[in-house]
Amino acid sequence: MTEYIIRRLLQSSLVLVAMSVLVFAGVYAIGNPIELLVNPMADDAERARVIANLGLDKPLWEQYLTFFKGALTGDLGKSFVFNVPAVGLILQKLPATIELALCAMVIAILFGIPLGLWAGLKPDSIAGKTIMAGSILGFSLPTFWVGLLLIMLFSVQLGWLPSNGRGDTVNVLGFEVSFLTADGLSHLFMPALNLALFKLSLIIRLTRAGTREALLQDYVKFARAKGLRASRVVGVHVLKNIMIPIVTVIGLEFGSVIAFAIVTESIFAWPGTGKLLIDSITSLDRPVIVAYLMIIVTLFIVINLVVDILYSVLDPRVRLGQGAGQGAH
Amino acid sequence: MIPRFIRRLAIVLLASTVALATTAAHAARDISIGLQAAITSMDPHYHNLSPNNSMMLHVFEGLIKRDENQKLVPGLATSWKAIDDLTWEFKLRKNVRFHDGSPLTADDVAFTLKRVPNVPNSPSSFATFTKPIVDVKIVDPHTLVFKTATPHVLLPSDLASVMIVSKLHGEKATTEDYNAGKACIGTGPYKYVEFIPNQRVVLKANYGYWGGEEPWDKLTFKILTNAAARVAALLSGDVQMIENVPTSDIAKMEKDKNLSVVSKVSNRVIYVHLNQSTEKSPPFVFDKSGKPMDKNPFRDVRVRKALSMAVNRDAIVDRVMEKKAVPAAQLLPDIFYGTSKKLKPTRFDPEGARKLLAEAGYPNGFSMTLHGPAGRYINDDKVIQALAQFYSRIGIDTKVETFPASVYFNRATNLEFGYMLLGWGTESGEQASAMRSLLATRDPAKGMGVNNRGRYTNPAFDKLLEQALVTMDDKKREGLIQQAAEMVMGEVGLIPLHYEVSTWAAAKGFKYTARTDQYTVATSLKPSK
Repeated sequence: MTEYIIRRLLQSSLVLVAMSVLVFAGVYAIGNPIELLVNPMADDAERARVIANLGLDKPLWEQYLTFFKGALTGDLGKSFVFNVPAVGLILQKLPATIELALCAMVIAILFGIPLGLWAGLKPDSIAGKTIMAGSILGFSLPTFWVGLLLIMLFSVQLGWLPSNGRGDTVNVLGFEVSFLTADGLSHLFMPALNLALFKLSLIIRLTRAGTREALLQDYVKFARAKGLRASRVVGVHVLKNIMIPIVTVIGLEFGSVIAFAIVTESIFAWPGTGKLLIDSITSLDRPVIVAYLMIIVTLFIVINLVVDILYSVLDPRVRLGQGAGQGAH
Repeated sequence: MIPRFIRRLAIVLLASTVALATTAAHAARDISIGLQAAITSMDPHYHNLSPNNSMMLHVFEGLIKRDENQKLVPGLATSWKAIDDLTWEFKLRKNVRFHDGSPLTADDVAFTLKRVPNVPNSPSSFATFTKPIVDVKIVDPHTLVFKTATPHVLLPSDLASVMIVSKLHGEKATTEDYNAGKACIGTGPYKYVEFIPNQRVVLKANYGYWGGEEPWDKLTFKILTNAAARVAALLSGDVQMIENVPTSDIAKMEKDKNLSVVSKVSNRVIYVHLNQSTEKSPPFVFDKSGKPMDKNPFRDVRVRKALSMAVNRDAIVDRVMEKKAVPAAQLLPDIFYGTSKKLKPTRFDPEGARKLLAEAGYPNGFSMTLHGPAGRYINDDKVIQALAQFYSRIGIDTKVETFPASVYFNRATNLEFGYMLLGWGTESGEQASAMRSLLATRDPAKGMGVNNRGRYTNPAFDKLLEQALVTMDDKKREGLIQQAAEMVMGEVGLIPLHYEVSTWAAAKGFKYTARTDQYTVATSLKPSK
């Protein structure tokens, strides 16, 4: 397994290099940040000074080489706009995004699996049908619209929850977290729910489909025939066997929740990395864009690795390391 | 990002709400304000960017200030005068103290002028404003004499953009020290508390402020880029004021008794540059069959006039801008210095435009692509679509193409377009600097025509403008600027369309005095009772 992990990490670093080249060239192709950075009143000498200062007068390969050398020592460059290290800027915002994403996933899992199980076990009951209809809504309603409706209901009409921002934070193991304070929770609830809805629906549907399939399997019939309690049949025979696809999806989706929390973050003005990324793209702040994507890709790689390892725990038939990543995806 | 109908729906529902949460519990003297754009730094000399400049006015002050109509008024200097064409004397206000209690002296001003051009990594420096000063002499702790190399009439206006910092705290300070608050010590009515990029800025009152006490103890500026989120934050009482209300929501919000909406014509003109740099067809301009033409039609004043006459400015203002704009005749509304009252917006006259085109040798028109940014100016993408329709009516085949600002402005600067929709905010509040940048014959070494993307050129106009820029007498200078404006607008050096109107909305109990410079400053926000 160690050998497997090392091989995976080597593959991953190649992915990182390839990605950084692509992003670098891509942002370069979009345009030049100078027009957006420099005040239009500035004369040509001032413009030339800024271009030279940011190293934009050099050929692209030279700019990349400078970046690559820095990257090897962990320095991904300074933000053009804020003049602070890009990694620092992102890491400052990342805890907020991860907190939001984790809360969203917890909501999705805590409600998704039981509801999905229920719908799978009693597909023809009113409750089962209601759950499925609800999940269709969760799938199809656009995130920003639901977000606005939540704000209208809870902030404007009822006045229960604040409409934007992150609440008071406390420091836990060096990270600022807000879910431990009442104010923090009140700020967290709506964006987390908003972000969770889509994943919740996804998990409900996956669980239901898995349950329906598992119920027809021989081992479930035997378990029932053996006279086992229903709770044991569902908990052990059904649930454990449908967990593999669900864990895969949760792993993949967790990455995407972090990477694409952008819409929710901008509606609720949640100070996370999604908002930072959007702002950086509009201002062509290349160091931040590149650093952000590097960090997100690294996250994806780690999550996938963890998912692969979880497989082998959940399913003894899966063995890591036989063949290149067999059964990994 | 959010379709307009959704926002409309939101507004309809929100407006019908009886129980507005404006009574939400917040201490009356602590207020929050929702801003549209991020503040990139708390170093007043790091990034010359409107949101930053607006924020800095709370913590720092310049020798000269601008009032809500951008008129120059005394700031840290009580008086200033030109002793001769090259010498200026500034008298400092006495008894002004920095936030740490240290007094303001001429040393701080001299230090500021030295620091401005030397801020490392500044993405847009304020050196433009201090460059004309070649020598600073401290006469006594409250008197300074500045020397310029050439007569520089805009010096007071330039210095209004330069915030004075403390020498004591600024000498070894970096931009990071200002961002962290260590060096962010000014003389202004509010003190630094917290700055979190892309999230919020928190300030508290400076009770010993020389200009008298402000009505607020604590200010929290929240960065709410998304327009719907900004509106929701105001309606739910999370913030007491927002800037840049989306035009489609203004009408509904104006009817809401729990809100006060104020708007004011701004110093930003939306205009069109016609690329006159080429002998032959400029990019994206062809004859009817799609072939390049031998002559650049935009070099013909009749064509330029026709393109201006074809535009129904009133329709754009009424329909596209929902009345939140004013038809433009020059580069600034005529409440500003150096504008001519004789200039009126070009009358909408499609028949006349057709005739002029025919006279110029284009009886059947030609074809062109209209280029513009998407999301940089208020409703820019809709304005350009309307323009295309006006031109179709006078027989010009049109296409429309818009780009995000990050792509558009580079290409426009490289003259890759023929017909370019652009905007210009005149921070100095007088028309000479706008004409100098947009219409003077391009000469980067002299700082003339830096943003003349149309490459319009007229030696007679240049001469008049240059003469104005060295005329020290205010009245005489204004006459020259007006004369230059009448000349260049008569020749349609560019096509002015409209002036943007900026809008703020505040909760009940608050009154904002709207400003022409589009700045959102808490010092203009007062309790309404």
